Amino acid sequence: MLTFRFIPYYEIENLSSARRVKKLMDIVKGNSIILLEGRLKAEEEKDLIELTMEEIGPKFKGIELAVIYPEQKNPQFFDKVKHGMIGILLGDRVGFTIIGPANLVKEIKKDPDKVQFFVEEARKKKKSSR
Amino acid sequence: MIDVFKRFVNKLFKDIFRKKRHVKLGLYGPPNAGKTTLANRICQDWLGEDMGKVSNIAHETREIQIKEQIHIKSNGKELSFNLVDTPGIATKIDYEDFMKKGMKEKEAKKRAKEATKGVIDSIKWLDEMDVVIVVLDATEDPYSQVNITIIGNLQARDIPVLLVGNKVDLKKASLKKMQAAFPQYEIVGISAKYGNNVDEFYKALFKVAG
Repeated sequence: MLTFRFIPYYEIENLSSARRVKKLMDIVKGNSIILLEGRLKAEEEKDLIELTMEEIGPKFKGIELAVIYPEQKNPQFFDKVKHGMIGILLGDRVGFTIIGPANLVKEIKKDPDKVQFFVEEARKKKKSSR
Repeated sequence: MIDVFKRFVNKLFKDIFRKKRHVKLGLYGPPNAGKTTLANRICQDWLGEDMGKVSNIAHETREIQIKEQIHIKSNGKELSFNLVDTPGIATKIDYEDFMKKGMKEKEAKKRAKEATKGVIDSIKWLDEMDVVIVVLDATEDPYSQVNITIIGNLQARDIPVLLVGNKVDLKKASLKKMQAAFPQYEIVGISAKYGNNVDEFYKALFKVAG
């Protein structure tokens, strides 16, 4: 069974970068797939990868990470201004982030308009847990 | 605001001192994109020797490798740098993947442990770089978040980036897809293994780092 955990942006808004990353890591290590409203800063994504590497062990193989961010192809001048304003007003709330434990989520593919989830087969997992 | 000021001061100091010392040129990217193959190509072209071992199994490079004082010339211009080859950055490492490639369990676990340390080292070294060549496998999905995270962090640090699409000798390679994923960058397609388009690569390197 897959468990998805939705995290609205306000839940991480007032946390420091280190606490944001730690919170997300704790949830993923609890075998849930996170759907986070908005996105982390590039620096926080980097910190999340670093923390993931520190946490890898016999039971935790790492994470799958994808950020879906609406970007228009060849935007006109007024579209750029409009999106710039939205960015200023909403900050990192735009788009959403998916983070899943690698033992459940094999791969997340962006195309970039669609997202595909490839999950580990249950049969294989049962076999390996024997 | 403080961050913006800090970045401005850092950039100013980097620009002042860049000409007085050797530029650190980093090779970054996901595992198996061909970073070490490209490092070997550069070292063979200008030093006549290899830099590191390459393999089809991911995470062959698990430690930072540095080749000092490489001088390259193109169109009457010269560029000197220390080349830093970094372990591939990944979000997951499973020792069972190495066992599937024929490794024994003990060896696979050791490789996985070293690989996680390698990723951490690569990330820590980001701040040390003056210029970065991001090497992507042109046959793979360019929208992978690791690629976006690496490039986003380089952008945030104002580090000049050259984006290279490697393995263009393979049928599946698509520079068009890479360009669509990173429209703000000029992408140089090469085959580091066979030397295709390497002259264009050096020209682009001079543009970014010269």
